[in-house]
Order: sequence, then structure tokens, then C-alpha cells
Amino acid sequence: MSKDFYNAAGFYEYVDEKKLMGTRCKSSGELFVPPRPFSPSCSGGEMEWVEMSGKGKLEAFTVTLYGPTRMVEAGYGPKNPYCVGIVRLDEGPAISAQILGLDLTKPEEIKIGTPMKLTFLERTEGEEKKTYIGFEAT
Amino acid sequence: MAAKRFNRGVALVGAGMSSFGAFPGKTTRDLFVDAFKDMQASVDKGFDPKDIDECYFGNYSSSQFEGQGFTAPFIANAVGMNPRPAIRAENACASGGSAIRLGVMAIASGIADMVLVGGYEKETDQPTEKVTEILATASDNLYENVAGFTFPGLYAALATAYMHRYGATGETMMKVALQNHENGALNPKAQFGKKIGDFIKMKQRSAEKKGKPVPQWDDEMAFLRDPRANPVISWPMRLFDCSPVSDGAAALLLVADDMAHHFTDKPLHIIGNGVASGVAMHDRTDLTRIETATEAGRVAYEMAKVSPKDIQVCEVHDCFTMTQVIATEDLGFFGRGEGWKALEEGRTARDGDRPINTSGGLKSKGHPVGASGVGQVVEVWKQLRGEAGERQLPGDPTLGLTHNLGGSGQVCVVNIFERK
Repeated sequence: MSKDFYNAAGFYEYVDEKKLMGTRCKSSGELFVPPRPFSPSCSGGEMEWVEMSGKGKLEAFTVTLYGPTRMVEAGYGPKNPYCVGIVRLDEGPAISAQILGLDLTKPEEIKIGTPMKLTFLERTEGEEKKTYIGFEAT
Repeated sequence: MAAKRFNRGVALVGAGMSSFGAFPGKTTRDLFVDAFKDMQASVDKGFDPKDIDECYFGNYSSSQFEGQGFTAPFIANAVGMNPRPAIRAENACASGGSAIRLGVMAIASGIADMVLVGGYEKETDQPTEKVTEILATASDNLYENVAGFTFPGLYAALATAYMHRYGATGETMMKVALQNHENGALNPKAQFGKKIGDFIKMKQRSAEKKGKPVPQWDDEMAFLRDPRANPVISWPMRLFDCSPVSDGAAALLLVADDMAHHFTDKPLHIIGNGVASGVAMHDRTDLTRIETATEAGRVAYEMAKVSPKDIQVCEVHDCFTMTQVIATEDLGFFGRGEGWKALEEGRTARDGDRPINTSGGLKSKGHPVGASGVGQVVEVWKQLRGEAGERQLPGDPTLGLTHNLGGSGQVCVVNIFERK
């Protein structure tokens, strides 16, 4: 029922259902991804969830060899690096996510502006499997 | 909005720091004692510690690094300050700058005449992976951290955006490292106070000792380009693009302007103080700049009634090499997209027309995060008083600036100092 809070918990409940959702302020019409329960520009307003198309463009990225524990547990490391970046959605807002489908042996050939589409990935963290958003090059 | 102003002026009459480095067996308390003693020695006419009214300390996370939360009263106790008020400021890597802000406010408001400002961090007791994780708690835990961003990763992403728009390359970043290590080699308090050439010699000697083939590089850039000598951490950032994991502390003595000459004939006056907060990386419209730095700079310049071209000494927050280039644009020293060219042309070197990070910067001097913003002021103190030794800038500089970032740039503190 976290969806009623229009916050991160609701966002990740939707991610478990394989949906990328933002919130829209019913009074100002502003769209927030990641979601916000409160619109700072109009100081309030009721929110509603809006599903994103999942299309966007790569705005910045890095290929990480030395990640945090959650990425090490998921099998990443100096010999198996991962790409993480910021994707600007066609709807306007941007979000951080793991980036898939690129040749990580040649990071210098990865282009800012590469079209991206939403995907979902599962990482094993300790005993748990968790679903996260990801993007892949189209 | 009218320029901000102090209700009364604030002067810096003492500044000192511990050595930055890895010091097994020393806690933040011990490191701060070192810094306090160094600061005491810097006060020309001396002072009575009993006259200190308040203490403000910058510390990011002793709770995670040392298992010690609530550090302010312990640190105050270590230098004999109880029962004076002691309050810790936490703003990630801008904790030190934020403590300075609180100290300045205490004096400007009239509630205190003399304030001890400090910063300290003890990071090297933890393994690197754990340090990475502790630092990453200063990123957006709900959306950045979970995506796999580390701190090198966040700043590497900024670097890709900057490189893409303006044409800078990995070579630009290597030249930042080269320049800052040239300066740091002249700073006896620096953690890696060595030129890149010295690292080459160390590697060669170590190979020789082990009876292995002695590696050869044509020059310092060849060494920095070699992935075995300078491995990628988070592309495009390599090992020598990252400031180190450090232990260290720094201390300042602030007093009301009209008292300054009781302590020294060469006080510095804090004539500008700007702080700004901002959004996580994904919420920014432009990833080639750090807006908080421009905003904090604007506030500080307006308060000080000076412009970027007036600044003669400048310490910027080079937690990563490309961050330094971006900082020199954010502060208005160079136009957008011009900072990397200025760097490559040598304009920001010690003998350039816009010297940056004469101390060696966080890159070479070390980055004990809570201490860093305070440590920057120690360099400005020395340079503006003509006490920086071999790395002293010529021309009797009178105006200096410090730029201290927190997190991925979600906070910036800019201070402007003048010797009148």
C-alpha cells in the first residue's frame, strides 16, 4: 500500500511489477521521476502515478570496476565491470540506472545521446533477489 | 536580492593542520590535537585557549569510520574546551566548510568573540571497499546508490558529460594529476607529496628489489597512460584521478575583526562566505557543471565586492581530477568549456596566470573529508601571509578563495579571504 505515499517505496513496488512510474501534481501538472509526494513549486497539490514510456537517451555514464558490496555480491568486479548512467526520459525527467547492452571493453566508444529503452534486472543481494530498473541501448 | 552581509567583521588569526595520511593507532581526537597545536603555533602573538567562546567541527562520518558518533564534545575535550559549546556540522565532504560557516555566523552575530573551527576524519582503519560504501551513503541512497553509483562513479559520469560536450579527454585529467602532484611535492603535510616522476622511481626501485624486470616509461604522461601503472577505477577515471583515502585534521582560530590585532599584525579577513545546496545528479538539467558552486561563488563574490579576476590564491575541491576543471569554470575563472584548455595550457600551474591548488589539492595533499574544507584555508592563510615556503606564489597576494564541495556537489561552500 506504499503506493498511496507517492514515494520511493511505491516506486519500487511498481518496479517489482515491471513498471517505471513517476508522479504528477494534479494542480501544477509537473511530472516527477523519481516520484515526489510533494510539489515544491506549488507547495502541495494531490499526486497521481503516471507510467513512463521507458524511452530515453544516455546523458552521462561510467564503467565501474570497483563497485559497492551490492554490486560485488551480484558478481561484478575488475574482471566483470558494469555500466551505470543517467538516462533522460522522453517525458523530460532523468534517472540513474544500470546500463546494459553496451561493449564495456571499449568505453571510449560509448556515445552520450545513445537511445535507450527500459528493462528490468534482478540482482542477488545476500539471500535476496531484488528487481531494479535498467536501460539498454536500442 | 541584496548582497548578504555580516553584522560585524570576522578575522582569521590562526590556522593549522595535522599531516594528512594514514596513521594507524591515531584517532580523530589525536589528529585534532596535532592540528590544534599547529594552529596555536601559527598565532603570532599567542592566545589563551580559555578565551575561546565556541567550537564548531566538521566531520562527515566518524560513526561509520571509527564507530564513534557524537564527536564534538570528545574533540572539544581533547583540546581542553569543555564546558564551551561544541557542535558538529555534517555536510559530507563540505562538513569542514560548513563548520567554518557556523563559526563565521557565531562571530558575526555577536554571540561569540573567539571561535575554534575544526575538521577531522579518520578513514584508513577501514578496508577500501568499506570506505567506498561509507562515502556512497552521501549519494542518493534511494536512487543513485542502488543503481550502482560510487563516488568515483558519480564524478566519472560528470566527466563523460563534460568530455562529450567540450572535447576534454582522459589526458586532460592526467594533466590535473601531474600539476597537483608537482605542487604537493612542495607541501610537507601532504599524504602523497610526490611528483609523478617520484612514483615512477618508486615503482622501478620496488621492481629492482624484488629482482623483477624494471619497468620503463618515456615520461610522466606515458606512466599515467599505462593501465598497469594507472588502472581504471571507474571509466574514464583512473587511480591517479582519485583523491586518496586519508586521515587528518585542521583547525582555525576566528575572532571579531576589531580584536584581530591583539593576536597578529597580519590577520586575514573573511570578506565573503557563500553556501548553496542542490539536487541529486539525476535531477540536474546540466551535468557539465555544478550549480551549487556557481551559486555559493555568486553569494561570496557579491558579499566581498570582488570578482573572479581579483582572486590570486585559490584552493578548489579536486576530489577527482575533472572536478577541478569544472570548478574553475563554476567559479568564473574561465568560460564554459574553456577550463580544460586553460589547464592544458598550464595557466592553472603554480607559475601560470591563474594558479589553482598550490597545496597539492585534495589529490596530492589528501582528502580526510571532514577536514578538507578547513585544510584548504590553511593553504590560503600561508599564501596570503607569505609563509608557503617553496610553493609560495610571487607578487605578495592579498586575496584568496576556497571552494569546498559536499557529496556529488549537492553542497558548496565558498569563502573569500583578504589581507588588508
